[in-house]
Amino acid sequence: MLRGWRDIWCWAVLLPALLLALPVLVIFASLLQPETEIWQHLRQTVLADYVVNSLLLAGGTGIGAILLGTGSAWLISQYQFVGRRLLQWMLLLPLAMPAYIIAYTYTGLLDFAGPLQSYIRELTGWRYGDYWFPQIRFLGGAIVMLSLVLYPYVYMLARTAFSDQSASLFEASRTLGLTPRQHFWRVALPLARPAILTGTALAMMEAFADYGTVQYFGVTTFTTGIFRTWFGMGSQAGAAQLAALLTGFVLVLLLLEQWSRRKIRYYHQGQRSQPTALRRVGVGRQMLLLLLCCLPVLFGFVVPAIQLSSWALSNYQVTFNQQFITLVWNSFSLAALAAVVTVLLALLFAYGKRLRRDVLVQAPVRLAALGYAVPGTVIAIGVMIPLAYLDGRIDTLAEQWFGMRTGLILSGTLFALVLAYSVRFLAVSLHSVEAGLQRIKPSMDDAARSLGFSPLGVLKNVHVPLLRTSVLTALLLVFVDVLKELPATLILRPFNFNTLAVRTYELASDERLADAALPALAIVLVSLLPVILLARSVKATHEGAP
Amino acid sequence: MLELQQVAVAYGGHTVVKEVSLSLAQGQIGCLVGPSGCGKTTLLRAIAGFEPVASGVISLQRQPVSSTTLQLAPELRQVGMVFQDFALFPHLTVADNIAFGLGKLSKAEKTAQVKQLLQLVGLPDLGQRYIYQLSGGQQQRVALARALAPKPRVLLLDEPFSSLDTELREGLAREIRQILQQLRITAIMVTHDQNEAFAMADMIGVMEFGRLQQWATPYELYHKPANRFVADFIGRGVLIPGTMLDAQQVKTNLGTFTQRYVSTVQAGDQVDVLIRPDDIVHDDASGITAQVVEKAFRGSHILYQLKLHSGELVQCLALSHHNHAVGEQIGIRLDLDHLVLFPRT
Repeated sequence: MLRGWRDIWCWAVLLPALLLALPVLVIFASLLQPETEIWQHLRQTVLADYVVNSLLLAGGTGIGAILLGTGSAWLISQYQFVGRRLLQWMLLLPLAMPAYIIAYTYTGLLDFAGPLQSYIRELTGWRYGDYWFPQIRFLGGAIVMLSLVLYPYVYMLARTAFSDQSASLFEASRTLGLTPRQHFWRVALPLARPAILTGTALAMMEAFADYGTVQYFGVTTFTTGIFRTWFGMGSQAGAAQLAALLTGFVLVLLLLEQWSRRKIRYYHQGQRSQPTALRRVGVGRQMLLLLLCCLPVLFGFVVPAIQLSSWALSNYQVTFNQQFITLVWNSFSLAALAAVVTVLLALLFAYGKRLRRDVLVQAPVRLAALGYAVPGTVIAIGVMIPLAYLDGRIDTLAEQWFGMRTGLILSGTLFALVLAYSVRFLAVSLHSVEAGLQRIKPSMDDAARSLGFSPLGVLKNVHVPLLRTSVLTALLLVFVDVLKELPATLILRPFNFNTLAVRTYELASDERLADAALPALAIVLVSLLPVILLARSVKATHEGAP
Repeated sequence: MLELQQVAVAYGGHTVVKEVSLSLAQGQIGCLVGPSGCGKTTLLRAIAGFEPVASGVISLQRQPVSSTTLQLAPELRQVGMVFQDFALFPHLTVADNIAFGLGKLSKAEKTAQVKQLLQLVGLPDLGQRYIYQLSGGQQQRVALARALAPKPRVLLLDEPFSSLDTELREGLAREIRQILQQLRITAIMVTHDQNEAFAMADMIGVMEFGRLQQWATPYELYHKPANRFVADFIGRGVLIPGTMLDAQQVKTNLGTFTQRYVSTVQAGDQVDVLIRPDDIVHDDASGITAQVVEKAFRGSHILYQLKLHSGELVQCLALSHHNHAVGEQIGIRLDLDHLVLFPRT
């Protein structure tokens, strides 16, 4: 009897996990049939550009994120200054700003006709050509844009790593003759290195995955190359092979991330004897620290948010119409659907892993959860190829048997989108659900059973109340991630189905930046929700240990 | 009350509990001790109904609850359990935790019972706290109250003191024994600490490799161990070799002794005699001497590790003022109340 149950769990986990792993497997399988002609062409023309630009973009973003993230984390975790408590969570705000939206905003802001240049001209009386002004629509600009919104990944992990270091470490350094500066370089930084590397790897993965920014800035990278090969040259196989190459780069980062995560645990010293006391400095230095920590928030969130709001306010009479409401409805219902599906899958996997500690269950779930590292563009191609093939077969069969055509029943509907989102965001929801499930120790199940509850009663009275928060968190996280997602949505959306992200992209591509502001602002506002959630947990952990 | 007949438990083809038979009368407290991995927790979980039995029968009040053909679900057994990690529900208050198993009662009755139980375990004012606001010892009491609330037929305790400080353990063990006796609850506790078992139990079972080596009162276990494993596991002591002169007399390096009980050994048999530290008395007048190898000061006593001339090591519990240095020769005398000997194999 037991064995039968176990086997049901095994299949219930294995099949959906393999379905989620399918897109990435398809991408790698495409390498088995090299399309020589296209490759020849790519290699002679743009492939070098793709590789170099993608590497520069990811590398540059990584360095930018380390500088901004580690620097602010160190100041916040070590010094007492005016506004520190506020900045501690405000530094997370740029997470709510999708990279493509900040890129559109700064383009409009720094444009010749934009508010900044107009103001300078008004002030000085200069005219076109009289002065030099920085351009941002090139690789360097893209790096700055991405660094500004991705540094919180490093900041979050580094801040925890720094503030978890016990005060006795600092004191030990001082008694061994190190100055505070030497302590930072020789003890604090090396100890926080795994955490910083993990955050950097995550930021770099996002940089590799970016499509909206680089496409708008005209930087040719892998993601734009995949789009071009798929839509411009009509070569599915070529696009899939480019995708495989990109995934190869990302896998290196993934290994770095997982390796660093393991290190974090080694470096973490378990119980901390005494939390580091914040260092007090004079008023002048306090102002300097405040200014330094304000800069990332200012340029990563406040300035673009104000610009977006002002655009949206100036022409909401035109843009806020029936079409916009349809957009919101489409986006929200799609995101809600994807969130529910993904969280249900996460619950299934989490319970499977809990009830069956077996390689047959653990390994496929791990494989399926790796999708978070794979760029949306790649997943979209990996979903499109097998589904289009299946559609063709189903269509033919249906015509033979029933005399009717089904058309693109899988690849042309929301099914494809929801599948792609589930692949990309499973890890997010699984992480949250598993964290919740971990709080329910197996002995609690036993305790409830011995107190007279049936297995269903245990689920209702122990699991549901204890899991509620983490499931809601998982739903929210996936909902927002789906709302922000651009490249996979662009490729897989059903014909004439528009979302906020797609519409923002389209309007910005038509250089109608002011019109793009309203949908963009909607995305930013919703994206604030999980950031607030995160900020609250940051505050809680910090104030929990006085 | 609680009876186990030839019970075996298996995990995936591997038998971890073999042929265990024991019984407890109403109100008796039993303890299962043994090294880790000996199957004692598994046996407890089989009684609770979390593990099926591979053979044998477990009965509660003469009613079988586990056999090869029957496995009553845990929630239908009326068995209370206190877990090693307490397994208290973090989303409920102390009072709600205790009331968790009080299914059908009215709200007023529940409140009254919870109040009574809180009183019983000595936490009358903590009903509205959450679990994380309690200390380890307080959590332990709440776990006990929660398990006692539905008036279980038998209470199972799985290493209940292992996560507590040593100073807390003994006091709590005594307190819990008082509560259980007051309520006349039949209970069985698993522990790896024999002092805890001595403090709690009416009957103690020693387990090794899934087998119950002996099921007896604490006194019997210490003074009449059934085999070498029990002799070694319970209390301190060493085995020194001896030769049987006849069916009752044994000659050792510490002298010749007579056993009162008739056993299966015969003249000429090689045996090992169990010597406890309190069997060796320090006596300066004695002709037998031994060299002090190690000493541990225990306040009222000193525990000496002694080396006999034949090279064997024995332990001696001497009064505190008999202070001798390591390396010194001291006189000893064997004061055996009764002989425990095992045939050499």
